[in-house]
Amino acid sequence: MTTQHTTDTEVETIELDCTGLLCPLPVYKAALALGRLQPGERLRLITTDPGALQDVPAMARQRRDTLVSVDSTAGHQTFVIEKGPEQ
Amino acid sequence: MTQTQTHDEATPLAEAPPRSKRIAIVASKGTLDGAYPPMILASTAVSLGWEAGIYFTFYGLDILHAERFEKLKVASLANPAGPIQLPNLLGAIPGATAAATKVMRKWMRDARMPSIPEFIDMTQDLGVRFFACATTMGVMGVEESDLIPGADIAGAAAFLDYAADADVSLFV
Repeated sequence: MTTQHTTDTEVETIELDCTGLLCPLPVYKAALALGRLQPGERLRLITTDPGALQDVPAMARQRRDTLVSVDSTAGHQTFVIEKGPEQ
Repeated sequence: MTQTQTHDEATPLAEAPPRSKRIAIVASKGTLDGAYPPMILASTAVSLGWEAGIYFTFYGLDILHAERFEKLKVASLANPAGPIQLPNLLGAIPGATAAATKVMRKWMRDARMPSIPEFIDMTQDLGVRFFACATTMGVMGVEESDLIPGADIAGAAAFLDYAADADVSLFV
């Protein structure tokens, strides 16, 4: 896991590189990473599994996190997910 | 039972926290390829914030068997979509099942997928509930000491009691 703290957008964001991993690992690792965040903090998740384009929005919906952005270029997907309120 | 339960009036039902979603899975297959789907679904479900339970029954109980869960195999016979595609006559020859198993293990390793024992650890760490079918244990002579720690020995009623509150129930 690559962890990178940035404050570009004034929001604490950590980065998680899941390139090369297939379902269920990107969602599994993203959920573990989100579990360590405070509500309102963000995770930047990078994947290459084409299923992630469906899986990551579904995960955010089920977990009640907010999918802030999705970028899909050249076989890589980058998601920014903002952690929702604690359940 | 003579006791009656009453709701605590200080905590009315309207303020009860929302219940987690739940998935209840029956794992009935004891092959390597049959063991992955319940593990993938359960690990995903808990990642989504759901509760997850797996009832391991019949050959599926091998997934919880401390000596067998590292040695699950892929059938080379009557498995036309398997890793090595052989006519049944050849799929029956000695070594064919071992070869099919070896190919699938390589596929999984090359794809960086966890092994079944690793999935067991991942799902147990995340609180997935494991039920070991008591009837299977009795019929097949499996003792509690043969199983990995952390499984609840239970029959169909206990699983159905769990599954009655599930939002998703699957037999795999």
